[in-house]
Order: sequence, then C-alpha cells, then structure tokens
Amino acid sequence: MTKSRIFWGTIAPTAAILNSLLFVYIILKIRGVDPVEMFKLMVSYGFDPRNLVSEINQTIAYYMAGVAAAIGFKMLLFNIGIDGQYRMGAFFGAVVGAAVSLPPILHVLIIIVTAMLAGGLWAAIAGYLKVKRGVNEVISNIMLNFIAAAIIAFLLSPNLLGSLPEGSQNLQTKPIPQSGQMPTIKAFEGEIYSVIFLALFVGIAYWVMLNKTVFGFNLRATGLSFRAARASGVNAPGMIFITTVLSGAIAGLVGMGTLLSETYSYSMAFPSGYAFTGLALALLGRNHPVGIFFAAFLWSFLERSAPVLEFEGVPPEIVIVMQGTIVLSIVIAYEVVARINLRQQQRAVGSVNAESVSNQAANVKESK
Amino acid sequence: MSNVLEVIGIEKKYPGVIANRDVSLQVREGSIHAIIGENGAGKSTLMKSLYGLIRPDAGQIKVFGSEVNLKSPQDAIELGIGMVHQHFKLADNATVLENVILGSEPTRFGFVVKYDQARKKLLEITKNYGLDIDPDESLSNLGVGERQRVEIAKVLFRGAKILILDEPTAVLVPQEVDELFANLRELVKNGLTVLFISHKLDEVLSIADDITIMRQGTTVATRKPKETNKKELAELMVGGELPKPKAGELKVSSESILSIKSAAYSRADGREILHDVNLELHGGEIVGLAGVEGNGQSELIELIMGLAQPSAGSVQVLGLDAATTLTREIRNAGVAYIPQDRQRDGLLMSAPLWENRILGHQFADPMAKGVWVNKGAAIEDSKRVVDEFDVRTPGINVLASALSGGNQQKFIVGRELTGDPKLIVAAQPTRGVDVGAQAIIWDHLMQARSKGAGILLVTADLEELFSLSDRIAVIYSGTIVSILNPAKTTPEDLGLAMTGAKSA
Amino acid sequence: MSTETKTAKAKSFFKSPARITLLIAGLFLIISLVESITGSVDISSPGTSGATLRFAIPLLMAGLGGLWAERAGVINIGLEGMMIVGTWTAAWFGYLHGPYVGILAAAVFGLASGFFHAILTVKIGIDQAVSGLAINLIAAGAARYLSGIYFPPVGGDRTVSPPVETLPSFTIPFVADFFKSIDEKNIFFLSNISGLLYGITRDLSVVTVALLLLVPLTSWILWRSKFGLRMRFSGENPMAAESLGINVYRTRYIAISVSGMLASLGGAYLALVASSVYREGQTAGRGFIGLATVIFGNWRPSGVFAGSLLFGFTDALRVRQAESVMSLILAAGIVALLLAIYYSVSRSWKPAGAYFGIALFALWVNQKVDTIPQEFVTVFPNFATLIVLTFLAQRLTPPAMAGMPYRRGAE
Repeated sequence: MTKSRIFWGTIAPTAAILNSLLFVYIILKIRGVDPVEMFKLMVSYGFDPRNLVSEINQTIAYYMAGVAAAIGFKMLLFNIGIDGQYRMGAFFGAVVGAAVSLPPILHVLIIIVTAMLAGGLWAAIAGYLKVKRGVNEVISNIMLNFIAAAIIAFLLSPNLLGSLPEGSQNLQTKPIPQSGQMPTIKAFEGEIYSVIFLALFVGIAYWVMLNKTVFGFNLRATGLSFRAARASGVNAPGMIFITTVLSGAIAGLVGMGTLLSETYSYSMAFPSGYAFTGLALALLGRNHPVGIFFAAFLWSFLERSAPVLEFEGVPPEIVIVMQGTIVLSIVIAYEVVARINLRQQQRAVGSVNAESVSNQAANVKESK
Repeated sequence: MSNVLEVIGIEKKYPGVIANRDVSLQVREGSIHAIIGENGAGKSTLMKSLYGLIRPDAGQIKVFGSEVNLKSPQDAIELGIGMVHQHFKLADNATVLENVILGSEPTRFGFVVKYDQARKKLLEITKNYGLDIDPDESLSNLGVGERQRVEIAKVLFRGAKILILDEPTAVLVPQEVDELFANLRELVKNGLTVLFISHKLDEVLSIADDITIMRQGTTVATRKPKETNKKELAELMVGGELPKPKAGELKVSSESILSIKSAAYSRADGREILHDVNLELHGGEIVGLAGVEGNGQSELIELIMGLAQPSAGSVQVLGLDAATTLTREIRNAGVAYIPQDRQRDGLLMSAPLWENRILGHQFADPMAKGVWVNKGAAIEDSKRVVDEFDVRTPGINVLASALSGGNQQKFIVGRELTGDPKLIVAAQPTRGVDVGAQAIIWDHLMQARSKGAGILLVTADLEELFSLSDRIAVIYSGTIVSILNPAKTTPEDLGLAMTGAKSA
Repeated sequence: MSTETKTAKAKSFFKSPARITLLIAGLFLIISLVESITGSVDISSPGTSGATLRFAIPLLMAGLGGLWAERAGVINIGLEGMMIVGTWTAAWFGYLHGPYVGILAAAVFGLASGFFHAILTVKIGIDQAVSGLAINLIAAGAARYLSGIYFPPVGGDRTVSPPVETLPSFTIPFVADFFKSIDEKNIFFLSNISGLLYGITRDLSVVTVALLLLVPLTSWILWRSKFGLRMRFSGENPMAAESLGINVYRTRYIAISVSGMLASLGGAYLALVASSVYREGQTAGRGFIGLATVIFGNWRPSGVFAGSLLFGFTDALRVRQAESVMSLILAAGIVALLLAIYYSVSRSWKPAGAYFGIALFALWVNQKVDTIPQEFVTVFPNFATLIVLTFLAQRLTPPAMAGMPYRRGAE
C-alpha cells in the first residue's frame, strides 16, 4: 500500500520534470548547443561545494515559502500573498530586532516571533476579507503585496525607520546587534545559516500538526469539504481564517536566514517573487514536507547553476521558463494521475463488490 | 379534440432498477394534464424521455399523431415541446429579454442581435398569454414567481406548443401559485397544451383537465377531476396496502430528548421555511418524519444539529438549547447524524475510510486523545464498521469516493451508530442502498431503539416509514400538520396529510 | 425601507448622463478652485492630461483584456505575462519590419498566449490562477532569454531592445489651437478645462485613437452582438447556456484569446508609443492593475476606462509633480464634504457620516502632511481596489461563474 502510494506520489513530479527537461532540450537544440553537455555542465557547477552552500541557504528560504503555500493549499487557499507577508515579517523582525537589546537567545526568539506575527497579521486582512466579505483571496493578496511593498518602502525613508549607510545607495533598517544574530555552520567551503534548524522544525511541526492533531484534521476536513466539516461540528469559516493567518506566519519566516545570518538588516535589496515560488514548490512537493524540500532544492539548484549557461552563449533566464513549465506540467500531471488513481481504486472495490453495479445504478436513478 | 402527445408502453431500465415500465399517457390538445405521484414514482424519468434528455429502452412517443425519436432537447424543441425545469436556468446579471432569447437570437448578418424585434416578439407573447414581465428588467430584481414566468416565456419564444412543467409549484408561495394557474389557463385558452407534474392534490384538482397517477414506475390510472376526489387520488398514489408496522416492544422512556416548541426558521433572503413547528421525541421511540421533499425537512434537521438558528421558538436537544450550542457540543452530548446528502455532508470523499471514521467524532474519546487524533482507534473501529455493516471495500485505506453509494451509506450509518447515541437524526438512511444493506441498516436502527435511543427518521420511503416508525409526524409547507399512528393509518390519511389536503 | 428608496434615488442620480456631465463639470470647478488657491497648476495642465492618457492606455488594454476573459467566466491572472509578450514582440518585430508590423506581431502573439491560457483552463481544466501565474513566469523568462540572444548583436543590450522607429502622431487642427489659446489666457475654470483638453488633442498617436475605439467596440460586442450575449452567459451561467445549445467551450476559447491579444496590445503601446524600446520590467505590474480596473469598473468597458484614467492620472501626477497630489487630496476632501451635505439633506445618515469622516481626514492630511510619499501614490490603484472590494462588494456585479471550474455536461 505505502509502496504504491510513494509510486503514485512521485510519478507526477518526475513526469513533470522530465517534460520540462525535454522542453529545454529542444530549446537548447534550437540555440545550437549540445543540451546534454549543458546539463552536465549545470550539474557539475551546481554540485560544486561552494555553490552547494549558497544553494542550501536559498533552499531554506524557499522551503519556508513552500510550507506556507502548502498550508494554504490544504484549505484550498491560494496564498499568493506570501510575498507581502514575507516582507512584512522580515521588515518588522529587523526593526524590532534593532530596537531592543536582550540576551542572545531571547533576542533571536523575539525577532522570529515578531516576524511571524507581522506575516500572520498581514495575511489576516485577506483572511478577514474572504470569510466576512467573500473577497477572493487571490485578488486581495495581489493588491496586498503591492501595498506591503509600498508601506515598507515608505517606512524605510531615513527620517522614519530606515537609514542610508555611508557609501551605500540602498536604504535599510538599522542593524540588529550581535545578540540578535544567528551563527552560521561551516560546511563545505561556506557557511550555512543555522536557521536551517528552524526550517527543519517548521517542516516537522507542519507535518505533525496536519496529520496527528485534531486541529490538523479539522483543517484538512474543511479543505476537503466545507459542508461535511461544518456538519461534523467544525467551525469551518473560523478554520479558513486561522489557516490564512498560519500560512502568513510561516511566510513571515522566509527572510529570516538572510536577515539573521547575513545582512542583519532589511533593505530594498531583499528579493521578491517568493509567492509564486512557494506555490510552485508546494505543488511540486505535493504539500508534503519532504517533497517540498526536494522541490526547494531543485529550484535553488537550477537558479544557482544557471549562470554557467552564459559561458556557452545561452541566456540563463531559460531556467525561469523551465520553472514555469515544470509548474504547468505538474498540475496537468496531477489531474491525469488523480483520474487514473480513482479509476484503479474503483476497480479494486468493484472486484470485491458484486453488487456495486446495481448500487451505482440506484445512485444514478436517485441523483437524476 | 385530438391527442397532441401520446405515450405508449415506455420502458426505461437502469442496471438493476426499473425507472419506468409500461407507461402510457394520452394528452389532449388544449388541456392541462397533471401527472401526480410519490417521490421515485418515475415522473421525472418520463418527463426526461419526453424532452429528449434520455432515451427510453422501449415504447413509442407520438407527437401530433406521428411517432418521433427524440435524441436531444433540441429535437424536442423543434417539435414544439418545451420544458420548464424546477431549477431555473437563468442568469441574474442580465435582462429578462436576454435570458429569453439566448440560444435563439434573431440576428442581422448573423451576428448583430435584433433586440428591437426580439423585444416586440416577447411583448406579444407576454400580452397574449398574460405573462406579467418586463423585458428590460434585470433578472436580479425578480422574485421566484416572475422567474418562472421568464422560463415559460423562454419556452414560448421558441415556439413551443406543448409545455412540460416539472413541479412548478414546489418553489412558489400560495399567491404565486394562483398567478401561475391564471397563466396556465391563459395558455390553454390560446390552444397550447400543458403537462404538469405535482404532488399536491388540491392544486391538481383545481387546475387540471386530466390527472394521470403514477406509482412505482408506471402509470396506474387517469381520472378527470369531476369524476374523482382526493381520497381516491391519495389511495392511487400511495397504493392499496401499506406495509405492516414491525412488531416491536415499545419501551418509551419519559425523558424528552428532543423538544421543539413553536420553532420557525427564515432564510437569509427573508423567505420563511418553517413556522410553528412542534415536536417531542422520547428515548426508545422512532418518530418518522413524513412529507414530500422540500417542505422544510432539511431546515428542521439543521436546527436540531445547531447548523442553523431558529428565528422564533426553541429547539432543545438532550436538554441543550440548539440555538446557542455549537454543533460539536451537540454531537458530543450523544447526537448521531446521518445526513441526507451523504457525499456532501457526510463524507470527505477524497480521504481514506479510516479518516472518515473520525469525521464528526473528532472532538471526543476515543477518536481524539486531547489534541491528538487517535489513528489507531480510528483504523480499528473502521475495520469493525466494515465488518459489522458489511461495507464492501478492499480495505480501509481506500478513498471514500471509490466506494459505491450504498457502501458509503453503510459506512456512515455504522459510524454514527457507534457509541450508543441518545438521539439519532437519520435522514433517508437507506436511500440508494440495496435490499440486503437496507435490512442491515433497519436492524441496527431497531437495535438502537431498543437500547433506549430516540430516533428521528426523515424518509421518503413509505415502506421504511411504516416498518420502523412508532409515530409518524407529517410535515407540509414548513409545519407539522399531523401526528399519525402507523398501525391505524390508512393510505388516504397519509396521502391527504402529505399533500396538504387535510390539516389535523 | 425609507433608506432603501433613498439610496436607489441616489443611484439613479449618478446614473443619468446629463447629471454625470454636470457632476464632472462641478468636480472640475472644484479642482480649478483648489488650483487657484494653492497656486499649483499641474492637475489640469496639458502636460498632465497628455501623460494621463499615455499612462492610462496600457492599463485600459490590460483591463479590457481582463474584462473579456472574466465576462466569459475565466479569470486571467496572466495579463502581466501577456503584456510582456506584447512589449517584446512589438519591439523586436517593430525593429525588424517597422512599428506597424510590430503591433501586428504583438496582436498575433498575444492571441496565441491567450489561446494557451484557454487550453489550460478550459480544455484541461487546471486551476485558473496557477495557469495565469505560470504564464507570467514563462513570459518573463522567455522575454529575458530571447533578449539575451537577439538584442546584443543589433545594438541593444540584454535588457533593452534597439530603438524602434516611432509611430506618427497628429494634433487635431484648429481644435487644439483653440484650446491652447484659451489655456494661455488664464481665465478661471475655462482655462483649466481648455488646458486639459489641449493636452489630449495635441500629439495624439494614431495607435492611441485606435485603441481607445476598443472601449465602445467592446461595449457594442457585449450588449449588441450575438457573440457578446453568449459570452456573457458563459460567464454568468454556463450550464444554462449549454442547455440552450451554446458551445461554452468555444465561446471561452475565443474570449480568452482576445483577452490575450488586448493585453499584448497594451504591452505594444508601452514599447512603441509610450517609449520606443523594449525594456526589461517595462510592464511593472500593469497587468495586475489592469485586473484591478476590471473590479473597479464593475466589469463594464466604460467602468474599466474610467478606472484606467483615474489610475493613469495618479501615475501621471506621481511622475510629474508629487506636490500636486496634495491639491488633489484637498479637492477630494471638498467633494466628500459636498457628498456629506447631500446625504444629510436626504437624511441618509450613514453615508453622510462616512463621507464627512473622509472629508475631515483629507483636510487633516492636507494640513499636516507636506507631501504624500511617492510609494503610496504608486499603490493607490491597489488600495482603491481593496477598498472597493471591502465596502462596495454588494454593489459589484461580477460574472457569477468567473473563476469557477466548469466542465461540459455539469449539472
């Protein structure tokens, strides 16, 4: 049983990746370079120890975004607001971290809690609008992403919360003192953010919450069937709201690695685009913490090893196209696999149930 | 007068079920012909055959004297047959005119809609047949009665000569019914023919020229209103003999487990669904709630389960005020719920069976241990349910959606009867299940009763109603009109009560 | 009951065309007044009105694109990507074969990108948001990839195309001169209004005029043509449409393809009219603002037009002169005050109070704040849309089935 589950769980992502590899293969062929040589080059460059470390660090951020998206997906929520939530989290985490002085561990904890609060509260706006006003979360979150960016850009002005360090063009928050910084782990030829343990914890907590607790059961039940959950005694609208906030809180953690172990301050240079990446990774990883990890690593691997293509005259942005193709292939593959899967199970049931035919006929008649 | 529509010996079988057999019908030109029958008597199947939605396995359909072979609704429309569905197919965000002409727009050059011409034609129709609707009104401003007139206009606009109305009065308030009947009379005066399906004897007697009664998939008789009466019609509808009540020792406890006092319920749009409902249920008895579907049964269940709040009166469940108690607390107090729409309200279709075992029981021992889900207990108890209720499945890890409807139902009943509930709300507990499974479910319900549980049995199945119920409460038009003793009830009593002809 | 009839009255007040003209004139009177008080002249200067139009057209095209798709029942989050398709193809084919071919190419490739979205959402039936977002990603990546290959060898670089020959523009003879002369005379109100009209009658690109015509054309198609009627029902109640023999899938295919074409033309405008090159990031989220104008304009072409003008106007002010935003806030405050008075006269206390609050806030901001931060001006469209969704959701009439999955034969 479990064996077949793993098989069905992995076949779709594998097919999707193969499909997009084929797509890139054709494009590279058209460009007149040897695709296999290119792939080899990317792999050897990507697994170079120096690059591996930066890939792992990037994986951490992507992983958080992926888990945040996965929580939303479990509720059928399309949290495209991860971008804004992550910004809010990183920014306010940085501001609070710079403003307080506390003993080391506590200081870090305060920053992390602030980031989760900021991300969660920002997501709460979309949650409230969905539950109370019936506003589609995709639209509201797109708008909220722009607004979050504007608010932060405004607050970053020097006479408010930002500062312009000498010799820099980049507005940033005041630096977080030593006690609020997180150490790094020396590995290969670089330094891995110790936030990796937080990511690990988030992944485990997500899985345990979802699969082992009553809360997680109610969350999944509401996502699977709002009406059945309600009839079973779950406060379904409340669950939707809480899930949105939870997803936002995790999204608030996306920037923690960079903030606590590298820049120690928030600046406009913090990257964007985590929302779509997060959603893509959750889709690719089937909302499973391990799957999301592999997806996140694949994503950062592709991005870090892309520049090597340039040496051969291939613009590295081909990787972005590849990522988009993976996402499309994966959702299509899931559609197909889900249909096959259900048919198989029905056949299995049919073989033990001689009367199933007549029952189904009765259903047909009844549902007219 | 000649027959515009003739049905001779139609038969329609689904694997294992005969929906229509030996159905015959003659509809005279310019008449209002009513077809009455219980739920599941085969009326809808017949109508679908006439409208080309399904194709009968045997028999003949003659329209205007010549035999026809209807492959699709388009064929029916071309022959002049139009159908007004019970659920309107209209768009709110458009005008009446747009809704009417869609799909058969008069055009210039094939793409410019001649709205003026269409409006003129529609106005002619509305004037001729006395349909009071404004072509340029937005549909969102219209009430149910007006929407129905739009649907009728839609059919007439396409040149229909024979109108089929599928339970047209089910959604209307009395005043709207009067208006509809005035419209129908206007239609037949102008030479059209109306075929209309109903449950309500009073209505049928007041409007129809001919009444055909269907029972168990076939047409049993045709009467003229002047030559018959409600008594006879009710008897023909329900059948000559009622199932005998099961002899079971009745041990009704004095404890009231469900007490509904002058409860009312209105929908968000202000329409009153229930009014002045009174019902007492004690431990150890089964009360059957009988009635034609759509008379407020679903809403009454929602009130009992705490899923909706009464607008007046009180609902006490096991001593709890259902209006202010959370559904989960009502369930935890010992209320089992077998919902009518099992796939939407009773199961997580894309979750495995063992998780479905937890659903509705996730707030208490043994399915939950504190904040944790008790997977071990769920798996074990799922196996027990599968065994005890003969759920045909290769295992408890398959998705609920993979099971046939009957097996899904057995699983739900098994789940809900676990742990000796004090009150069981069972809505259509054996719908769509085979005879063997039906026997199992009935047996378990009787066992629960003998253990002291009170059962509210909402059912459209007369055999079930009479086999199980200790008392029968009849609900009609949002209120309970009579309480009957199944041992002493005659078919006509029940038929009359359910069709609103008599209120006790 | 009484408040209901009152709001109905208020609604019809805003609906009558004569009244609307009067209202706009009144609004303009207030702006003139504010300008003469504050001494700022930029709100009604010819430069501002001209820039407003230039900023509004791409938003309008994205908005109309969103409208076409949503009216047929499919949400198009991929508008941004389709605009990118337009900017790139217009610039590249424009560079190769002249700007007219560039526009044609943008239309064709836009149509194709829309068709792609239609295959994914209608035929295969994947989530509409996933499809749209993936299209955004693929379009952005493809544009950058292709730029890297094609532009550097011909005098552009990796992010900028070589310049494209500009399209002809014209000034409406006599009319523009007439407005110009009045504008220069500095007569209160008349000069302000002439300044605005001068701005939109001089240096008009033929493309601008052609694209503007798509607003009435879309209206005509929606409410006069057979296809439009069927398209609207595909978005409102596809089951009903299907039951009346309408091919919902085909209707949606066409509508979504047109949606892609319109958005792409908006991109072409950015590359060929608003500038004369393709530049990476040129669309700058305009596809999403286009999505916002659809909501803001209540799924009507005229509403989308009004929305894009408003958003284009704030854009123009931001770029030209941030201080003039303050005058605008003052003007908004005065309008809100007048509305508050109007509603208190008709004894609708709730809206009266709300508008009074807005007026007070606007006046307070005007007194206390020197300049509105540019960031907030930029996101004004997003913010406005969120506010509309929050407070006016009941008044909006989106296509009932937009965004919902629909399979043929569903009951």
